[in-house]
Amino acid sequence: MAWQWFHRLGSPRWFYEKTTPWLPWLAVFSIALIVTAAVWGLAFAPADFKQGNSYRIIYIHVPAAFLALAGYYIMAISGAIGLIWKMKLPFMVMKSAAPIGALLTFVSLVTGSIWGKPTWGTWWEWDARITSMLILFFLYLGMIALQQAFQHRDTADKASAVLALVGMVNIPIIYKSVDWWNTLHQPATIKFTSKSTIDPSMLYPLLIMVIGFYCFYALVLLLNTRVEVLRRESRTQWVNDLVGSMNKKV
Amino acid sequence: MGDKVPVAGLLGGFVASFRRDLLIAARHKAELTNPLVFFLIAVTLIPLGVSPEKSVLTLLAPGIVWVMALLATLLSLDGLFRSDYDDGSLEQMLISPQSLYFTVMAKVLVHWLVSGLPVTLLAPVLGLMLSLPVEGYLPLLVSLALGTASMSLIGAVGAALTVSLRKGGLLLSLIVMPLYIPVLIFGASAVQTAVQGGAIGMQLAVLGAFLALAIVLAPIAALGALRISTNG
Repeated sequence: MAWQWFHRLGSPRWFYEKTTPWLPWLAVFSIALIVTAAVWGLAFAPADFKQGNSYRIIYIHVPAAFLALAGYYIMAISGAIGLIWKMKLPFMVMKSAAPIGALLTFVSLVTGSIWGKPTWGTWWEWDARITSMLILFFLYLGMIALQQAFQHRDTADKASAVLALVGMVNIPIIYKSVDWWNTLHQPATIKFTSKSTIDPSMLYPLLIMVIGFYCFYALVLLLNTRVEVLRRESRTQWVNDLVGSMNKKV
Repeated sequence: MGDKVPVAGLLGGFVASFRRDLLIAARHKAELTNPLVFFLIAVTLIPLGVSPEKSVLTLLAPGIVWVMALLATLLSLDGLFRSDYDDGSLEQMLISPQSLYFTVMAKVLVHWLVSGLPVTLLAPVLGLMLSLPVEGYLPLLVSLALGTASMSLIGAVGAALTVSLRKGGLLLSLIVMPLYIPVLIFGASAVQTAVQGGAIGMQLAVLGAFLALAIVLAPIAALGALRISTNG
């Protein structure tokens, strides 16, 4: 009786119905935060001493990179939950998180490349962090490819979860790579334990943008997972009732 | 009535698995040369395709030998579990009372002995063909010995994940190569640094650490993946 709340979390139907009212709130929050931070960062934050205005791509590059790393953990942890407790829903979350994470990694690589051209003089550089972010991109692509390869969905889910867990070793390497190898990419400037080395006038819009990106990621992940729920549970009564009621509305 | 069937212990199980796989490998001696010939031909492609200039080759030699050794190991991984999966003996191993960790470990050890180790031993010859400086030969041997062992172990996880797929070979390469990249970086760096006259204790220590981690964790991941692949 005491664990009922936990097992209810694993019900795709409960998840679908529970998250329906969250979506408009998440959409409003994420758009508001992102627009606020974008306007603040692009228009009102001061120009950098060395880089001038070209540093402003940080407001896309850094949140995308944060979420690419966090998204991999979300994917791996939901895969682990699905393997340990043998629940369907975490596997659906894991499957939805893979393409979103791949896209965010791609965005961070491209925006980093665009930022690098005026700052470092080159579109690409094989330094530690860029290379390990590229490896993260390959890991995401491998996840997407592996999920498509199996015929039985259970086997696909479990195999992908194992792969996600094996790839999890890479994330701390990416995070710490700029500290271990003193190469081109700058070390961490946002610190939790000591004073950040980035100026507050540039830091606050960045933090707001990061939070906005997290809300946006949550929104997209929920949307994709809900589609996956509908797809996998398409033979159940509640899904057919839902589709029927939607058809009636239209 | 109630005969007790003698079951081998951990070491007995490991030795039995090891002997079986070694015997199977010995019966297909022609297949043992495949990774070596691939290694040789692939390394030959670089002077033909890039440049036969000695100065260029000396610069590239550590990396080329390491990359081609990686690819040779990668290509030989597909057959690690496949023939056992096809004839059903893999499922028998999964339901046997033997510890699957040691069964997988024995298979990977035999795989390394017939592909990784010969590739490592051939590498100095290929280094000679690519004008590798003399300081690089011993670091090449040591780094490749450590590296190919790690790669066999890590690759076993990928082979276990894709064993049930018909066209699993390319997908196997796709999912295993990002996991190989740290090994490659440190291995090639070891040879590169030695050629330039530096000390390579750090690189060898990291390669050793990768191997230690792989020995402990990779068979567990591989046996989990084998159970998933055979029950799907």
